[in-house]
Amino acid sequence: MTALLEVQKISLLYDKTQAVNAVSFSLNEGEIGCLLGPSGCGKTTLLRSIAGFEIPSEGRILLNGEEVSRKGWGLPPERRNIGMVFQDFALFPNLNVEQNIAFGLRRMPRSYSKSRIEQLLEMIELSDSAKKYPHQLSGGQQQRIALARAMAPRPEILLLDEPFSSMDIELREQLARDVRKLLRLEGMSAILVTHDQYEAFAMADQIGVMNKGEIQQWDSSYNLYHQPKNRFVADFIGQGVILEGTVNSPQEVDTELGLIVGSVPDGYKQGCPVDILVRPDDILHDDDANEFAEVIDKAFRGAEFLYTLKMPSGSKVLCLTPSHHDHAIGEKIGVKLDIDHLVIFKRHSKFQVE
Amino acid sequence: MANLNAPPRSLTDSWLSRAVFANGWQLSSILIAVVLGIPIFSVLSSIFEPSSDTWQHLSETLLNDYIINSLILAAGVSVGTFLIGVNTAWLTSVCVFPGRRIFEWALLLPMAMPAYIIAYTYTGFLDFAGPIQTTLREAMGWGYGDYWFPDIRSIEGAIVMFSLVLYPYVYLLSRAAFLEQSVCVLEVGRTLGCSIWRSFFTIALPLARPAIIAGVSLAIMETLADYGTVKYFGVDTFTTGIFRTWFGLDDHSAAAQLASMLLGFVFLLVLLERWSRSKAQYHHTTGKYKQLPQYKLAGLRGWIAFAMCLLPLLLGFILPSLQLGQWAWQTHEEMLNSNFITLTLNSLLLAAGASIIALIIALYLGYGTRIYKGIIMSSVQRISSMGYAIPGTVIAIGVIIPFAAIDNHVDSWLRQHWDISSGLLLSGTVFALLFAYTVRFLSVSIQTVEAALGKVRPSMDDAARSLGRKPLQVLREVHLPIMKGSLLTALLLVYVDVLKELPATLILRPFNFNTLAVRAFELASDERLADSASAALMIVAAGIIPVIMLSRSINRSRPGSQRNNDSTT
Repeated sequence: MTALLEVQKISLLYDKTQAVNAVSFSLNEGEIGCLLGPSGCGKTTLLRSIAGFEIPSEGRILLNGEEVSRKGWGLPPERRNIGMVFQDFALFPNLNVEQNIAFGLRRMPRSYSKSRIEQLLEMIELSDSAKKYPHQLSGGQQQRIALARAMAPRPEILLLDEPFSSMDIELREQLARDVRKLLRLEGMSAILVTHDQYEAFAMADQIGVMNKGEIQQWDSSYNLYHQPKNRFVADFIGQGVILEGTVNSPQEVDTELGLIVGSVPDGYKQGCPVDILVRPDDILHDDDANEFAEVIDKAFRGAEFLYTLKMPSGSKVLCLTPSHHDHAIGEKIGVKLDIDHLVIFKRHSKFQVE
Repeated sequence: MANLNAPPRSLTDSWLSRAVFANGWQLSSILIAVVLGIPIFSVLSSIFEPSSDTWQHLSETLLNDYIINSLILAAGVSVGTFLIGVNTAWLTSVCVFPGRRIFEWALLLPMAMPAYIIAYTYTGFLDFAGPIQTTLREAMGWGYGDYWFPDIRSIEGAIVMFSLVLYPYVYLLSRAAFLEQSVCVLEVGRTLGCSIWRSFFTIALPLARPAIIAGVSLAIMETLADYGTVKYFGVDTFTTGIFRTWFGLDDHSAAAQLASMLLGFVFLLVLLERWSRSKAQYHHTTGKYKQLPQYKLAGLRGWIAFAMCLLPLLLGFILPSLQLGQWAWQTHEEMLNSNFITLTLNSLLLAAGASIIALIIALYLGYGTRIYKGIIMSSVQRISSMGYAIPGTVIAIGVIIPFAAIDNHVDSWLRQHWDISSGLLLSGTVFALLFAYTVRFLSVSIQTVEAALGKVRPSMDDAARSLGRKPLQVLREVHLPIMKGSLLTALLLVYVDVLKELPATLILRPFNFNTLAVRAFELASDERLADSASAALMIVAAGIIPVIMLSRSINRSRPGSQRNNDSTT
């Protein structure tokens, strides 16, 4: 089976600088992908090249096995059968909700587009607002209309460019889950662009973490968190600190928290200095532990406390603890490691992909 | 490119055709800006011509008068428009008093009254045989020469006339500034112990200063551009000087030199206005807007506020309109003849032509700027909108000099080679008039089109493309419907400006070709004030249209207030 979307070594220039550098990935039918990264990493430019708004300077893009972009050429967006949801929604202010959704349906028979609009309005729970104009609706409602408008012609793939960024932060995750439900209902493939990892986790099957125009890792959210391929991914996804250590044997690394057991990848000799990623959930607070660490900061998270601890060596780690363990800043508490897999980087090997 | 399997390149998508296309559009835009700049250039180039005897004579005698009178007018009009404009703006923005809702828009009405028309009206109103003096004499039993009565036809009178019809510029901009000031700033002031009146002087006024300066500069520009009023009142200024030198002394280069001196003054004002507007942006304090505080002025205080707002409206619009109406009624039987219809048609067609030309150019430049952003296109736009500051007299001189030169060259060349005379091709034709109007009023269209294009966000283009529309379809199905209202506004604004325009029309009109404004001016100059009223009234009536549109758009633009989007209706 060929992939629905294949991006092959795409490079893009934006304002004469290299915005995207030889990026490749593919997406299967029905999958929801995500391009996740800090602002300026090239994710929006990449998305716009899939839509056909940007012409690649290198590489090619295949949609359903058909070439839609290659070096210096692109099939115009109106001929690609893609749908796009924009950051500012880009609803047409002169058209009402119904007319906005109908905009992409003009080639369809009247009866079909009528029932399609009704169906979509029902899905986004705005059947009562069909005759309203965009400015009479809230931001969330406008966002759903933009989604419905893009989905109406049943595009091969839906592209979402930071669709939740103008929403309240508390709402974003919920909205992302809602959108995922709608996409599943329609069986539609999609690519989301965002800088918010929780949005990405809530919506996507596969996530590409981007930095400086390159995809650092294309993986599931679980793997991105637990098996980051490089320091950038480790740093960008979730929280954590890097501890220094030395390889003791193929199964052991010696750190200031004691010996950590796990399989050390090939290529690390005994005595080799390494950095180890320690997540807050890798450090357990245990009153009976032998190691003690000083509480230097704490943040109440409701069910948990996120403690910042200072180890005797002076290095800092994060520790997530049920919130009935309430310790004061300055107190020394017992900690132990609970790492079931090792995330190892060569010392100071920033952004190096193994 | 030799790849034969390559899918066909679409024209707009290849970088090569993009570059050519871009240059074509930009080059033509630059060409437009150059052509529009010809009048200014030809006036300014007169500086390098040797000064003639006329100039010697002028600089020894009248030039001083021109400068001093212009300065006195400018100073007087600044004070007058400031006092009326800021006062009414503050009252209508934060106070509640009887009639406030009506004053909010009605205070703009004097804008519809060209200064030369209000000048005739008051002359008739206040002169010996006018209603005021007649009533006074009857009441007091005075006879001719028994009493002193101020002469409206003086420089002081001119200041009053200008202030009465130009204060809306200051009102408009300072009111916008007051409304934009976040309510928080004013409330912080009050928590720190300022009364509402003290916070006016310590907070609101300083914050609004850039807007006020911009408004006053606009009023001064209009004052310097005026010809009808000062001519009628016998006040010697640059514009009357230019006319006299051009037509009376027939010294074209001296007239152009006077015009470039006037331009110098105007450029200073433009710089002042630009500078204060750029500062105004920093005064936009926060994004949080609420309904502004409403201070109830109860009892007598409310009625004082009422009177303060009523007075400028009464003197600047209602009284003169009534007087015009009465005159027009008296004279309509003899004045409303076929001649008047020709006159009206001339005016309407000219205005329609100029407003359509200006709109097309504004759209062309506006789209160019949108697509090919950058310094070239933005300077093209700026150069093309310089005309708003330049007096019609100056533009007319700047148009007629090069046009006459071209005509002469073509004519003599034709005579020489084919022994035919081409006569006047450019100068003294409707074409010259249309060109001058375009130069003068293009900025109005450019600003309106820019604002309209701003409403169509780039993502809307993209959205339409992703929903299956080709670029031209996007233009038709997205841009045009959204911009429809604004484009109509652009047309109407230029339309009315052209109807009111006097000095450039006087200089450039073809022989025996009259417009409403010219006719009103001629009749009034012949002391046939009542006869001029029907033409004047037509101009005033047309002038009310943009005032209504303006007041509507102000109400809409207030952030945080209830939006009522015109595109929905």
